Amino acid sequence: MSAAIHPSLGQVAATLALVVIAALISAWQRADLERDIGIATIRSFIQLTAIGFVIKLILDENRLVFVVALIAAMVLFGAFTARRRARRVPNAFWPLLVALAVAGISTLALVVALGVFKAQARYLVPVGGMVIGNAMTAAAVALNRLGDDVAGAAPEIEATLALGATTGQAMRPIIRRSLRSGMIPLIDSTKTTGLIFFPGTMVGMLLAGAAPIDAVRLQLILLYVLLGSVSLAALTAVLLAHRSFFTPAHQLRELPHPAV
Amino acid sequence: MLADVSVDLADGTTALVGPSGAGKSTLLRLLNRLADADAGVVRYRGRDVRDYDVLALRREVALVPQLPALLPTTVEENVGYGPALCGHGADVAAALELAGLDRAFAPRRAQQLSVGEQQRVMLARALALGPRVLLLDEPTAALDAQARDAVERTLLSLRARLSAALIIVTHDMAQAGRLADRLVILEHGRVREPGEALTA
Repeated sequence: MSAAIHPSLGQVAATLALVVIAALISAWQRADLERDIGIATIRSFIQLTAIGFVIKLILDENRLVFVVALIAAMVLFGAFTARRRARRVPNAFWPLLVALAVAGISTLALVVALGVFKAQARYLVPVGGMVIGNAMTAAAVALNRLGDDVAGAAPEIEATLALGATTGQAMRPIIRRSLRSGMIPLIDSTKTTGLIFFPGTMVGMLLAGAAPIDAVRLQLILLYVLLGSVSLAALTAVLLAHRSFFTPAHQLRELPHPAV
Repeated sequence: MLADVSVDLADGTTALVGPSGAGKSTLLRLLNRLADADAGVVRYRGRDVRDYDVLALRREVALVPQLPALLPTTVEENVGYGPALCGHGADVAAALELAGLDRAFAPRRAQQLSVGEQQRVMLARALALGPRVLLLDEPTAALDAQARDAVERTLLSLRARLSAALIIVTHDMAQAGRLADRLVILEHGRVREPGEALTA
């Protein structure tokens, strides 16, 4: 790990050549994405630079209270972001917030308790960021599916309720499908890892000069951690959110129309 | 949807008649508590429906929706679904027979049946609960004339064989006359005239 690389701003700027290629392709094919590509490039630069300074500060201080504050901020921002993809779910923010917090806190606590990582900022910050980022995607996909399925299967749900089924009984098939939607992308990418793509951690470690076996083992640890955290996030979000479609008397509420 | 509706739905067979948008289906949903009234009270056997355990009420006042909405499994599992929710077995063959379906339908996949057959499975599914009141929302709306006549014969035989009260929503006045002892006419969310006795 000692042979760390130190990319200069000039090297970062040089890679903008590839961004220009993306913009040219978009312009040539009239995909109308040049503006988005520009925004994405600028935002990623500002956001990553800012978080880099924040992480540097937290690592220098190495105090758990800063770690907790950073992870809390990531959970909050993640819940806001994921809510936009779950428009058809009423009040999706709270289930998402709880889901991300549960996934983040329980996985970090578990890896520390199992002795995989030490309870230090240099481990908890990057792992926490990765866990919460993946949990956010999974929970958003699961709730997106939940909203679509409830809207699409309202007659079936009501026909089941009319027979005396509880909300939970009527929703069981839809909960199952939503959970699968949230979890399948990560499971699939875990299956093909190393064959079709090299995951980010491994790439980063290899670039930084780590031994390949070390890079592989760390990558495996993170993949397994992510499987657990993503399942927890999707399950928590779906179980909490599905109730918001119903009244306490097991009646399906009128569905909100998704804001366009 | 509904305004100033005050009707007593007695035993026997009642038809709720009116054009679409008149609030007929809404009235059934209030009786089965798939929805609650914004104002006013819906009483069942003299008590506010909201005072009953909602799940028990729905098993006692069973609703057959207008369009088939079956579980993607066998006919048998669909018919047994309601009783299984409260841990009971179901006499699937008897329920199918009451709904005018041969017991040979039991192992078939519900979603491979015709709409008319699916509608009968919906009926059997409600009958398997042993309801005291059966609410039927446009039971023949999705059917052709031949299938409609067959369903009407089934409903007439149910009327004779079951002690349950039947409440049938239809937009077809002639059908209401063929099936019901009494008639309630809904228009624009109001009752046009009190239920008049028909000679059955």
